[in-house]
Amino acid sequence: MNTGHKILNDEMFLSRSQTPFDSTIGKRGVRNGAKPNFGIRYTMFNIRNSGGTAALFLFPALAMLAVFFFLPVVASFVLSFTDFDIYSLGNIHFARFVGFENYVKLFDDPLFWKALGNTFYFVVVGGPLSLIVSLLAALAINSRLVRFKGFFRLVYFAPVVTTLVAVSVVWRFIYHPRFGMLNYALSVFGISPIDWLGNPHWAMPAVILLAVWKNFGYNMIIFIAGLQNIPDYLYEAARIDGASPFDQFKKITLPMLAPTTLFVGIITMIGYFQLFAEPYVMTQGGPLDSTLSIVLLMYQQGFRWWNMGYAAAIAFVLFAIIFLATVVQYAVQRKHSDL
Amino acid sequence: MRLTLKILLYAALIIVAIATVTPMLWMISASCMPSGQASNYPPQFFPTSFTFDHYTQLFSRLNVLKYFFNSLLLSVSVTLLSLVVNSMAGYAFAKYRFRGRDKLFGFLITSMVVPAQVTMLPLFLMLNKMGLVNTYWGVIIPGMAGIFGIFMIRQYALSIPDSLLEAARIDGAGDFRIYWSLVIPLCKPILVTLAIFTFMGTWNDFLWPLIVMTDDSMYTLPVALANLMGEHAQDTELMMAGSVITILPVMIVFAAMQKYYIRGIMMGSVKG
Repeated sequence: MNTGHKILNDEMFLSRSQTPFDSTIGKRGVRNGAKPNFGIRYTMFNIRNSGGTAALFLFPALAMLAVFFFLPVVASFVLSFTDFDIYSLGNIHFARFVGFENYVKLFDDPLFWKALGNTFYFVVVGGPLSLIVSLLAALAINSRLVRFKGFFRLVYFAPVVTTLVAVSVVWRFIYHPRFGMLNYALSVFGISPIDWLGNPHWAMPAVILLAVWKNFGYNMIIFIAGLQNIPDYLYEAARIDGASPFDQFKKITLPMLAPTTLFVGIITMIGYFQLFAEPYVMTQGGPLDSTLSIVLLMYQQGFRWWNMGYAAAIAFVLFAIIFLATVVQYAVQRKHSDL
Repeated sequence: MRLTLKILLYAALIIVAIATVTPMLWMISASCMPSGQASNYPPQFFPTSFTFDHYTQLFSRLNVLKYFFNSLLLSVSVTLLSLVVNSMAGYAFAKYRFRGRDKLFGFLITSMVVPAQVTMLPLFLMLNKMGLVNTYWGVIIPGMAGIFGIFMIRQYALSIPDSLLEAARIDGAGDFRIYWSLVIPLCKPILVTLAIFTFMGTWNDFLWPLIVMTDDSMYTLPVALANLMGEHAQDTELMMAGSVITILPVMIVFAAMQKYYIRGIMMGSVKG
């Protein structure tokens, strides 16, 4: 092997060994506001004919992704311009290209607008609510005044690892208007029973409450990691300058957490747009379609009525919305936090 | 002032902790209640007499052992296969040089915004053509390669010093030998983390098994539970027992591997 190369590598080894095996390689680039470089410059392992060997290592993953991910994405797009239905399932020649007909039909379908509205309700109310609860929990647990941090962290995190379908089943009974625990707990405060899942006005709040309960621990962990990355001297300096705890929170904690918040906000939003299991198990989209979500509508159209062309159009609208929302959130937060 | 704040903080933390665990504790408690006790006003937190009838009923009459087996088999297979496939690709992206590598990797990362639901309709049609609908392969195959897994392993493998790999090469180790005997052991922490993620993700997954498993005997636990809900919605205690059986295995995995799991979340978040 080339000796000059080897020396270079040993130098790399030394400099890397200060932070061995951390995955934060790409971070520095991001923090500086530069484009994430994914740590590319660290690659010095230059192998003869490495292209061929690399191809062998890459082949299984790339072949699987190509056939079972990228091809279906393209096929789904094509499908959304056909009238593929239950007859085409038996014989594909029954499917015809219909241009934008599915999309036209979709935008004329009140049920689609209903599902879209419900999904936005869930994302716009549930998402920020979940973020706020996560942040408050992280702040409380991270506070200097609190002990037993590990215990609280574990308890708050427990719902995250549970099976969504199973906890939806459990919460269905918790929401029971007569025998449910929630109404019983509320009755202690003199609040009269609410028909959580039977009343179109309360069904979505009930779904949101379950989702926040299930998810907040996940983002809390990420926020705690973010809070611990804020250097102490910033707070000390602020204290010396006489800043109140609230000022410190506003001027130090929030801005320093901005990259974390952006990440957490985007993954939460993407996840919340895919609402499905909670309404499927608890309400089947009812009452009066008040919890019908986009994915539930896609599932019903595609796999219950086998209107697969129509369902593909629904899936693509969901994709477009998630894509746009991600771009917008990224742009807005970048502008505000001015990294 | 400090003391009041401290008391308030603890009060809030404890109230939230109670709200967080109560549903799960009630689930366990209600699963041991005699039939009908969970449908009482006011709601009761403890069984008047302990019974495991609902569990025996689930296993003897409602085929839960089979669903449990399906879930376990699928979760373990997807975990093992995806670790091999993703670690090979992640390693290649980290440590090999080839034309278009960075573009290809960037493309994969970007395509993570595509929600899985977009692929489901054609994927179902494809698997149907291949005769794989309602088979274990119908769940295993689409789960084998994952961009997130490739990304995590690549980030980790980048920190393996090149000199180590070159030394092994000088000692005469072939490419595959280096991967298997050197890279895999070095990447063990991230592989464990990913294994937990994948296992739990597959165990808890609902929409895809619901679509692809059309026959009752192929259901996974979540699908079976949702189906059971349709027939036994009134049988609260039975449903709670079913929920316990579904949740318990992931809870045990989590309890045993907590450290790795939490660290994995933090790693995944650092990229932003």
